[in-house]
Amino acid sequence: MLGYAVRRLGLGVAIVTTAMAILFIMIFLVPGDPASVALGPRATPEMVEALRVRMGLDRPVWEQFWNFYASAVRGDLGTEALSGRPVADVVLEQLPYTLALIVSGISWAVALGIPLGALAAVQRGSLADRIVGVLSVAVIAVPSFVVAIYALLIFAVWLRWLPAIGAGEPGDFADQLTHLLLPSLAVGLGWVGYIARMVRASMLEALQASHIRTARAFGLPERLITYSYALRIAILPTLTLLGIGVGHMLSSAVFAEIVFARPGIGKLVYDAIIVRNYPVVTGAVLVTTVFFVMVNVAADILVGALDPRVRSELGR
Amino acid sequence: MNVLSVRDLTVEFRTPGGRLRALDRVSFEVGKGRILGVVGESGCGKSTLINAILGLLAENGEITSGTIRMSDGRDLTKLGDAELRAIRGQRISTVFQDPMGALNPVLSIGRQMRDIQYRLPLSRAEKDARSVEMLRKVRIPDPESRLVQYPHEFSGGMKQRIAIAMALMMEPELLIADEPTTALDATLEVATIELLKELQRDIGCAVLFISHHLGVIAELCDAVIVMYAGAVVERGEIGTIFHHPAHPYTERLLECDPGRLHERVGRLPTIPGEIPDLRQRPAGCIFAPRCHRAEPRCAEPPPDRSVGPGHVARCWLAGETAEARA
Amino acid sequence: MSSVAEPARPRHAGLAALGRVLAEPMGLFGLALVVLVIVSAVFADQLAAYNPTRMMPRDRFADPGWTHLMGTDHLGRDLFARVLHGGRIALWVALVATSISLALGAVLGLIAGYGPRWLDNLLILIFDAVKSFPTVMLALTLVTLFGPSLTAVMVVVVLVATPSYARVIRTQTMALKTSEFILAARAMGAGMGRILRVHVLPNVIGPVLILASMDIPVVIAIEAGMSFLGLGVRPPTPSWGAILNDGFTNIRETPWIAVAGGLPVILTTLGFTFLGETLRDVFDPRLRREG
Repeated sequence: MLGYAVRRLGLGVAIVTTAMAILFIMIFLVPGDPASVALGPRATPEMVEALRVRMGLDRPVWEQFWNFYASAVRGDLGTEALSGRPVADVVLEQLPYTLALIVSGISWAVALGIPLGALAAVQRGSLADRIVGVLSVAVIAVPSFVVAIYALLIFAVWLRWLPAIGAGEPGDFADQLTHLLLPSLAVGLGWVGYIARMVRASMLEALQASHIRTARAFGLPERLITYSYALRIAILPTLTLLGIGVGHMLSSAVFAEIVFARPGIGKLVYDAIIVRNYPVVTGAVLVTTVFFVMVNVAADILVGALDPRVRSELGR
Repeated sequence: MNVLSVRDLTVEFRTPGGRLRALDRVSFEVGKGRILGVVGESGCGKSTLINAILGLLAENGEITSGTIRMSDGRDLTKLGDAELRAIRGQRISTVFQDPMGALNPVLSIGRQMRDIQYRLPLSRAEKDARSVEMLRKVRIPDPESRLVQYPHEFSGGMKQRIAIAMALMMEPELLIADEPTTALDATLEVATIELLKELQRDIGCAVLFISHHLGVIAELCDAVIVMYAGAVVERGEIGTIFHHPAHPYTERLLECDPGRLHERVGRLPTIPGEIPDLRQRPAGCIFAPRCHRAEPRCAEPPPDRSVGPGHVARCWLAGETAEARA
Repeated sequence: MSSVAEPARPRHAGLAALGRVLAEPMGLFGLALVVLVIVSAVFADQLAAYNPTRMMPRDRFADPGWTHLMGTDHLGRDLFARVLHGGRIALWVALVATSISLALGAVLGLIAGYGPRWLDNLLILIFDAVKSFPTVMLALTLVTLFGPSLTAVMVVVVLVATPSYARVIRTQTMALKTSEFILAARAMGAGMGRILRVHVLPNVIGPVLILASMDIPVVIAIEAGMSFLGLGVRPPTPSWGAILNDGFTNIRETPWIAVAGGLPVILTTLGFTFLGETLRDVFDPRLRREG
């Protein structure tokens, strides 16, 4: 098990390193000088030159990459050109808002998706199954930012049930929660569909297993067989799926933050683009990418820990 | 007194190619504390028979006629889901063929054994104590510490013994054993059969023992029914069937059993032909196309002929061949 | 993946499959939506009474009605015309970017699947790394560095889609690599290029085509999303995302603009998804990916 976790982690590190190399190449390919891009057209040549030296742009490429990589590993993502604050601080300050959004998006997906998928599998071929099937496809298809805008329009503008903008009063948990409802729905709705489909498929497979027949032959209540014996097996693959889902939800969160004017990584990057604050953009990309890769590593290891079959397989 | 008596049981399945008669007027009984063997090639209707008794036929399956009575006279074909469930696992219990797949892979052995006792008004600790007791009976070493383990942590033979322990946990009147040793190797097979015999004496339950292994049947069973293409072609006491088979199919089956060959042969004998399409049953004897003694009258449905005490064969020639031989 | 070089289906098999798609309510509905979207994009000039970029200052923020079916925006541009022409941009991006991704994915997948082990490992690592960027973050970075444009949108789509196609092609190529007819072709002295082009590609391209058709809604979402953020199509070119942005800015006063921008996105993604799902079930049920 430990060996597996270490291997999986090693692969994660390799992926992140490669991703950083790609990011570096993209920055390097920028037409024009990153320093003048960062400072804007009104900067004097002296200012640009000073920034070039400060950013290490006068060094050879490989040295630049090494500096970029080594300082990122140390947690140093550079400093904002204008305010002089460390980029890492700026990004990490916003991360909790985005995390709250993603976690509540996952909550929607799990809380609605698992029961709906299980229902569809148990009543296979019924009207309920067909409705769940079509709705799952539909919510997967519609882009989350359209969901966000329509949710804003319907629930905040027309019905006025829920607040439209902001993250709520700091310290007032109930207020923050009501502010979270609509954006998290926009982030999680599509994943209700993914999870429902996944659970349905793996549940149908689990219900075919011969141990289910044994359980029936022992006269166990159908409820126990469905929800304890089959669903427990069916849920495991959804964990891996959710790991991938976090990446999608990061994207959706960017839109949700902009539509609902919430603080967070997405809003930070969007605002940074407008003022061409590009160290913040690359810093935020790096942080979210590392976060996404690590979540997937964690999900894989967690599946290993939860599934006794995998657990012992890996223990050997 | 009979623990189970099946009368004229007919089961049909709706398939895209038409109705398929999987069981055709099957009759037999299992006496209290007796072991009844069921033999037949694969596809002869053994699994359908088990599922019909347990009330677990697939959705497209249907009992079109016949009765399945318990010792208290209740007819299982007339019972509702809840009543059937109360019988399954409590009064009729089952051990299935595949020990690898029969246990839930993500639940501990202890949890699964506790769940079987869900009807008992006992505490968790008391249920666990009964599980440990049962595991000890099937000779699982150190049962207390193994309750928390998962199926994959046991060997194949152990898993099958655990499945037997689970089946006998509620001290059923009838144990259905569906080829319980087929997946095991020969040494384990003997040990498992011995264990099953011992436990059966201990608990005093009747057993319906399904196997295509004639040697095991001869060793273990008191009586036997021979099935072919969904019909019981012959039934009787074990000695009678093995020494004086009345149905041509039984004769051929015995001739083909490698365990009974006395001389060296170039190749193992087999019955020529194959099992007919059950969607188009012939009007007469279903074995006739493969039968080496078929006559013109075999085109008519054969009667269930009584050949001796408790010895019945579904064949036109049954009584006559016995006489001819005598 | 044991099936190798199955004989080409007779022509009428395609018609039979179309019949099966139409027999499914979901497939019929999807096909109807897709046809509607394509027709209205192709005949946008004939169907719309106005030029999509023509500003009519006197008609600013006009309510939906007979003069302007969907109303007008803050510059007095007819929204119905903009929606129809926006469809052209969306479909154009989907067509071009998907084709490029397919071609690139096929080449990379064949190389990874047929080439040496180290190259395969390297390519897989790069695919995984590219996929590990959250899509929007990747888009935001590219636009920060290169500026907003339709090309930026296409680059994002290609970066996002290519690794998936390449992976599928790679897996199938590896399965084919050791099959008898490939070995036979090699024994007869066929070069690698010819083997890949003549023997491997036709056998592995089918499933990827279905995957690509199912990715069309994703591409349309990326284009609309980036244009919504002001990072895609430049004004005044009509795009559904741009209309959504206009609508979002004035969502309290003139909500119909946001509705007009969102509706075509919803209908198009639904149509292509329903059609794609049905096509996949009809042609290749094995492709069912639940994630």
